[in-house]
Amino acid sequence: MSRFSKSILVLALFGASTATFAFDNYKGIGRPATPAEIKAWDIDVRPDFKGLPKGSGNVDKGQELFEEKCASCHGTFGESNEVFTPLIGGTTKDDIKTGRVKGLSSGELPQRTTFTKVATISTVFDYIQRAMPWTAPKSLKPDDVYAILAYMLNLAEIVPADFTLSDQNIAEVQKLMPNRYGMTTDHGMWPGAPAKKGGIGNGGIPDVKNVACMKNCKPEAKIGSTLPDYARNAHGNLAEQTRSVGPVRGVNTTGDAPAAQPAAAAASPTMELAQKSGCMACHGVNNKIVGPGFNEIQARYKDQPDAETRLVAKVKAGGQGVWGTVPMPPNSHLSDADLTTLVKWILSGAK
Amino acid sequence: MVDSVNKPGRLRPAPENFLSEVQIEAVGAGRRDFLRKSFLAASAAMAAPLAARASEGDPNILQNPEWTTTLGQPVAVRPYGLPSKYEAGVIRRESPGLTRVGAASVSFCPLQNLFGIITPSGLHFERHHQGWHDIDPSKHRLMINGSDPEFVKRPKVYTMDDIMRLPPVSRIHFIECGANTGLEWGNVAVPTVQYTHGMLSCSEFTGVPLKALLDDCGVDYKKARFILAEGADGSSMTRTIPMEMVESGEVIVAYGQNGEMLRPENGYPLRLVVPGVQGVSWVKWLRRIEVGDKPYATKDEAVHYIDLMPSGLHRQYTSVQECKSVITTPSGGQQLLDKGFYNVSGIAWSGRGKITRVDVSFDGGINWQTARIEGPVQNKALTRFNINWVWDGKPALLQSRAIDETGYVQPTYGQLRAVRGTKSIYHNNAIQSWKVAESGEVSNVQVL
Repeated sequence: MSRFSKSILVLALFGASTATFAFDNYKGIGRPATPAEIKAWDIDVRPDFKGLPKGSGNVDKGQELFEEKCASCHGTFGESNEVFTPLIGGTTKDDIKTGRVKGLSSGELPQRTTFTKVATISTVFDYIQRAMPWTAPKSLKPDDVYAILAYMLNLAEIVPADFTLSDQNIAEVQKLMPNRYGMTTDHGMWPGAPAKKGGIGNGGIPDVKNVACMKNCKPEAKIGSTLPDYARNAHGNLAEQTRSVGPVRGVNTTGDAPAAQPAAAAASPTMELAQKSGCMACHGVNNKIVGPGFNEIQARYKDQPDAETRLVAKVKAGGQGVWGTVPMPPNSHLSDADLTTLVKWILSGAK
Repeated sequence: MVDSVNKPGRLRPAPENFLSEVQIEAVGAGRRDFLRKSFLAASAAMAAPLAARASEGDPNILQNPEWTTTLGQPVAVRPYGLPSKYEAGVIRRESPGLTRVGAASVSFCPLQNLFGIITPSGLHFERHHQGWHDIDPSKHRLMINGSDPEFVKRPKVYTMDDIMRLPPVSRIHFIECGANTGLEWGNVAVPTVQYTHGMLSCSEFTGVPLKALLDDCGVDYKKARFILAEGADGSSMTRTIPMEMVESGEVIVAYGQNGEMLRPENGYPLRLVVPGVQGVSWVKWLRRIEVGDKPYATKDEAVHYIDLMPSGLHRQYTSVQECKSVITTPSGGQQLLDKGFYNVSGIAWSGRGKITRVDVSFDGGINWQTARIEGPVQNKALTRFNINWVWDGKPALLQSRAIDETGYVQPTYGQLRAVRGTKSIYHNNAIQSWKVAESGEVSNVQVL
């Protein structure tokens, strides 16, 4: 008893001492990251340029790289709307002065481009470096990224054609970003500490306030918008998108007669016959279950001229020993016609 | 109205609908042999199930079907089970024209067909930024480091083996894309709830609280008040998350989803779970956590996932998914079978906590009734609600309105647009309306 109490005490002391060093709780879990590993993965660049690699690239080099690696999706001038939304366009000399893209509030912009939105040049550098080009992300060296970004800045008329962008002058270029004052964090949708406590936003105060009125809440229910006719069938036939049993059905939006059943993978009629006849309980098409797979049967008998007749007889009578000790039961419930169909089907590959 | 003759699974009421007008006249005239004639006709033509049905009963009962009279399939024909072939229409779908590249796109969850609160893993919505991979878990690594070396005493690397040795938690949470319902900011654009609300799913996630790993690395919580989460895919997606959420213990480094490993499309083998926050922050294929003292303004928080306001300013770092609900049965693109009783059913959720109440209106928001909440009610999880309804065949406007534990009431379109305009794309949590026409067809409308 006393020995037992002692060991409890020792354990308790040990537990207490480890608890004060949280890191030691999970002994043997994880290992130190090496400096080379951290360098390999820690490539993020922050708005204050923490993490920015040294390097430089000019507009000419950037144009060359852009045409080779970027233009197929983004267009030669970053203007393309074919694959992704455009990178360049919608900003003015005046926006560069004010730091607010006027088109965003005036409604003049047909479409927002990357440069009409982004406030921080670090974002563009970081993203090109980590994710571009589309099919070969992380293949660009820092100098390539500087060059491509220099070309884009030139396209957006933020820097001249002879410009060289580098880690030394990127903070100066930040001061010319057309929408650099275009962000606000004055909202209640940041799930952490508010701005006044070192975080972001107003501390979770919502921007709308509905009340849960229950009776006679308004004089009438006014419908402001309905689904346009052309959109009714734009997502395919809705009849196929709601389950075929239950309290409701999907509406047939094609105007055609309703399909009989949702199209399952169409099995061949003979496959259905094989399933119905119980063959598939023991034989797979391409695998042994209890008996051999149909593919094995086909392989064994394919060069035997009388295979069909012999197999029909075997399936009908049952047998044992050809494929192992598990017997095949007789299948006298099947008609000769069905038996022949099944055997022919198996010998031709069971498709 | 639906023609009751074509209603599957139902007996036709006799005699009016069963008998032709001539036969009814015959009954009226006192002739009794009409029934015998009907039976003769029925037995002569096996392909006349309606006759047999009405005369004796339902052929589905009277004639034992194939599945009652033949041998069924053995075990393990499908070593990994699949839904019935009759459920083939219950699948994820894209919205045509929404995106032009499948690797940077969305597939929507078929909410109109789901029950309860858990999304089957194969139907979980997808959003990829640069395509998905099926990552070899033995080669996957999670690194934890600091923006400044002084923020982390011991930057570490963990294997999946390491992470799966640690004490896990399992929690049910919804995940909703910030752009869910974004197509509908200006006007009705899409026909069904799959496309209006289907960037939403809910799973049980299993994993390790991120705090345990940060503790293990010796993070300086006084200085490092933000984390950057980074994925291992080509896009190496990154998002800033507040340290307060990590410290609360609710942010999980998850490998499990509904009892099995995450699906590759959902981040196999490791993803971040950030309850209540929009899906883009739940970084998939999670490879690195950096702790830092400032937010990062990554592409998906400085070019995308920023909310344009009428002033021309963009709201940045909007992350919380505010309280929202939608009726899923009946919903747009569906057809009521008949007048009479229905269980109207839907889901509610809030990024700020638990759902406390859901009200339903059948007249477009003039009058409301409180729905039944079908438990369990969990923090930042989908919550199922139901309410009885007897449809009288007249036009109706169905709406649901959720309230969460902060007292926040889901807003109307009018209220949201008054503050945010119609061009913000993200965070549309307006009350959804479904119009039921006299024909029984349900369609998507907006009530102001």
